[in-house]
Amino acid sequence: MTTMTMVGALNSGLRRALDDDDTVVLLGEDIGRLGGVFRVTDGLQRDFGPDRVMDAPLAEAGMMGLAVGLAYRGFRPVVEIQFDGFVYPALDQLVTQVARVHYRTGGAVRMPVTVRVPFGGGIGAVEHHSESPEAYFAHTPGLRVVTCANPQDAHTMIRQAIACDDPVVLLEPKRRYWVKGEVDEDLGDPLPLGRARVVVPGSDVTLAAYGPLVVTARDAALAAQDEGLSIEVVDLRSLSPVDLDTLEASVRKTGRLVVTHEAQRSGGLGAEIAASIVERCFDVLKAAPLRVTGFDVPYPAAKVEDHFLPDLDRLLDAVDQVMGRASSLTGWRAS
Amino acid sequence: MLRSDVSPGRARSSKTPSSKTPSSPPPRADDPVQLVTPDGVRREEPAYDAVVADVDDERLTALYEDMVVVRRFDTEAVALQRQGQLGLWPPLLGQEAAQVGSARALRADDFVFTSYRENAVAYCRGARPVDLVRVWRGTALTGWDPRSIGMATPQVMVGAQSLHATGYAVGCAKAGTDSVAIAYFGDGATSKGDVHEAMVFAASLAAPVIFFCQNNQWAISEPVGLQAQRPVADRAPGMGIPSMRVDGNDVLAVMAATRIALDRARRGDGPTFIEAVTYRMGPHTTSDDPTRYVDPPDAARWAAKDPIARVERLLRARGAWSDERAREITATADAFAAEMREGCYGLPDPDPMSLFDHVFVESSPTLERQRSEHAAYLAMFTGGER
Repeated sequence: MTTMTMVGALNSGLRRALDDDDTVVLLGEDIGRLGGVFRVTDGLQRDFGPDRVMDAPLAEAGMMGLAVGLAYRGFRPVVEIQFDGFVYPALDQLVTQVARVHYRTGGAVRMPVTVRVPFGGGIGAVEHHSESPEAYFAHTPGLRVVTCANPQDAHTMIRQAIACDDPVVLLEPKRRYWVKGEVDEDLGDPLPLGRARVVVPGSDVTLAAYGPLVVTARDAALAAQDEGLSIEVVDLRSLSPVDLDTLEASVRKTGRLVVTHEAQRSGGLGAEIAASIVERCFDVLKAAPLRVTGFDVPYPAAKVEDHFLPDLDRLLDAVDQVMGRASSLTGWRAS
Repeated sequence: MLRSDVSPGRARSSKTPSSKTPSSPPPRADDPVQLVTPDGVRREEPAYDAVVADVDDERLTALYEDMVVVRRFDTEAVALQRQGQLGLWPPLLGQEAAQVGSARALRADDFVFTSYRENAVAYCRGARPVDLVRVWRGTALTGWDPRSIGMATPQVMVGAQSLHATGYAVGCAKAGTDSVAIAYFGDGATSKGDVHEAMVFAASLAAPVIFFCQNNQWAISEPVGLQAQRPVADRAPGMGIPSMRVDGNDVLAVMAATRIALDRARRGDGPTFIEAVTYRMGPHTTSDDPTRYVDPPDAARWAAKDPIARVERLLRARGAWSDERAREITATADAFAAEMREGCYGLPDPDPMSLFDHVFVESSPTLERQRSEHAAYLAMFTGGER
């Protein structure tokens, strides 16, 4: 076990992947000499050379299309999108090509492409640097979409994603990049890439979260304990496919579901998850599932992003609602 | 493959010529290079003649045969569509020389990324007659296993394949081979960002790729003048990619240009852009109505530049024409078309449950649930048991 930040854990995961497999190549803007704007690829070009850690021209569609050709030729490209908001030019190649070459060719050509996307807000950034575009990916057949909430998962997932024969979008919660945690680099028996995990066991409410909000959800569970409420926090980890079996097992225990994400609400993952759980667990639900999400507005200016992002109080407010309790916030919330 | 000055020395360094000056294609004028006139007269273009000196009467006859076969099955496919056997077909009538001349210059270990109209290229790569109609009958999304003939599934998104070819070429260089990737696209595609980005990457990485543009004058109804105010070949030099402009209805000129580009790529000198100036004599697809936008005299002028007729004239002028051989070629073409028709009739509709196959290499629980739900649903109709 080594103490690492999430950035360090990703870096060591990429290093392992480059070491383990000569067909792994990294492609991205500023990932070489600079080591990426978040330093996730720090030192990798120095150690593996510019032939394997390639600085790309500033063209996201180009990078994604290049990855298709590299995969056709037997390589395992890992594309870094510098910020979530810059992934949109690459969406065309990702949706119309990367995601469907295997299907199109009847299984003859695999697309082991990994797309790394720093995502989410909360860092006081300018426009296009705080987006949560996961629903676009999750809606696309043929893509696996995963997100990490801690350094260990970041390390494990990047290696699993690169080893996966299907295309994987790894969403990295950039506001948790510098949170430290223990990382075991010897992947003994890691969770499968598509598996959710119960972070905090509980019995009253299931709180499903992923990426940056797992920490927030865990904090909410701790705070609720003071009021005698038992919240079970499930880190979904995989957004496509969603591990509905794990979630269903939790909801069958608690009878209540709150799902949260930073992304805008309409058409989001929360809607899909709530619908799926209602289909599966209608008989045991004690309240309608609730979503605590970003609002259906473009990501706002930095000084108001705290009102856009779900936080501990909004999570607890939703928990109160599914519990049928008077809001514990009433009367003391400052603003 | 990175530029040689920053390359780590792996990959093709051993194949890079000692000379630091990359080879260049011949200087380019706006007029397309022509080796065989529409009247069948052989013109001298020393820089191009040199690379096709081996194309004797017999080899020229073989190219003639290819073009005759291609036109024959293309005509057959249009007929199949008219009879309701195919949902759609994109005729290549008029573009036989551009496709055959380039495709016949390639090696088996080169790799081809095309648009949807390059059925002559697929034929040259070894696609079987029935393979050419699967997609258009709607029984599959690909006609063949791409690796079996060194040709990707034809691309429907205009221009997207230019990036795939570039990535593949970068991979060839990384692997240390001298294989080349070639991207076929049309004049309309040169307006696409993907094609521009492909050229940026290819130039930056000195990728062994050929950008082969068939300028057939039309993007459905839009004339090439809407896409470009200069020859589309002019788009490349600004990217640092040398370009050639050839008569796309001249199979020999097309082959020569392709060979020059292939040689540059194999030597590590990077990408080349070829504009083959041709004309789409038919509709965009069988769903199109070109009478709404094509000027008949314009089409008639291009009909006089037919790619097949000029080779016949050249062979006759050389005394290399044989009516006997011509009959054999016609019979070969008819047989290919007949096999395509029979193969088309014999293509079964896919099993409904196959629609869940190959979404992933390793399927997902979500998808498998949908598969079993749909199987159960279908079973209600057939009376079968789950």
